[in-house]
Amino acid sequence: MSANRKAPEGRAKAPRWAIWLPLALFVGFVALVMTGLLKPADRTVRSALVGKPMPSFDLPPALPGRPGLSSAELANGKVHLVNIFASWCIPCRVEAPQLAQLQRAGVEIEGISVRDSRENLEGFLATNGDPFDSIGADDDGQVQLALGSSGVPETYIVDGKGVIRYQHVGEIRPEQLDVIIARIQEAGQ
Amino acid sequence: MRRVLPALAAVAMLGAPALAQQEQSTAPFAYRQLDDPAKERAAMDLMETLRCLQCQGQSIADSDAPIAGSMRSLVRERIKAGEAPEEIRSWLIERYGDYVSYAPQLTELTWPLFAVPLVFLLIAVLLLRRRFTLVREAEEHGPGHEGEEA
Repeated sequence: MSANRKAPEGRAKAPRWAIWLPLALFVGFVALVMTGLLKPADRTVRSALVGKPMPSFDLPPALPGRPGLSSAELANGKVHLVNIFASWCIPCRVEAPQLAQLQRAGVEIEGISVRDSRENLEGFLATNGDPFDSIGADDDGQVQLALGSSGVPETYIVDGKGVIRYQHVGEIRPEQLDVIIARIQEAGQ
Repeated sequence: MRRVLPALAAVAMLGAPALAQQEQSTAPFAYRQLDDPAKERAAMDLMETLRCLQCQGQSIADSDAPIAGSMRSLVRERIKAGEAPEEIRSWLIERYGDYVSYAPQLTELTWPLFAVPLVFLLIAVLLLRRRFTLVREAEEHGPGHEGEEA
């Protein structure tokens, strides 16, 4: 029987296992879709500036009688924590106790308030505490863009030479404090 | 549009009083077009191919997120100052990575995407050439040979 069903000459006969090929391709495709569904990709947009010098900026003070923030001040030999925040940002309230704890530990924290108003900012600091040495007002959100920040809150660790060493996206939760402190120590070495 | 927005915002506030009030972008060109139509056109073309970082999936031209407003202003201000659109795009990519651009960039990572169609085309040409050659050979040998095989 099989001898009669010889493939016509000039066309190569497919090997026997080839019949499973479409099924294998289909299973592979389903596996790919399932991994995408069950474990969605991380959509956090991180700054590509980590490891690079802080872009130069000079922000006016957000509050009268308090210093503003410029990139030159960040390169003064000390490690700084630059916290991007806003009074309208709910997660910023969540991270306030952690920032206070870092301040008590001797960390210098500088703030950049994004698209905020003076009255709202004062209210926010009165309710949630004020761990900031200085707060720069980024009313147009342009410095936020220059830093590669995609939202609030975000925290940058800047070393004494003004190089960004670490970026934390989102609020700093209590369990993340150890990592932050370790990174600050690393930046100080 | 500028008069409609506050009204819309008021309606939205009535509907969801508990929602956080994100302050709208106060950047000068977030909601204002450039005076020069040609430059506004160039800015618009670029804005349509830049991703809003907050509402990912929308372009900054479509999105009403405050950060998209800041990005629109950045694009318009730089176009106004005479910067080329692709320079602005690479400035943003430098900070946010390729993800910020909808227009695909040719990089070390993405070149196979551009190369694979060419490779497939080449393979197709080679395969078809073989097939056409076979047909011509059969024609040249004439029907007599075909009869022999059968």
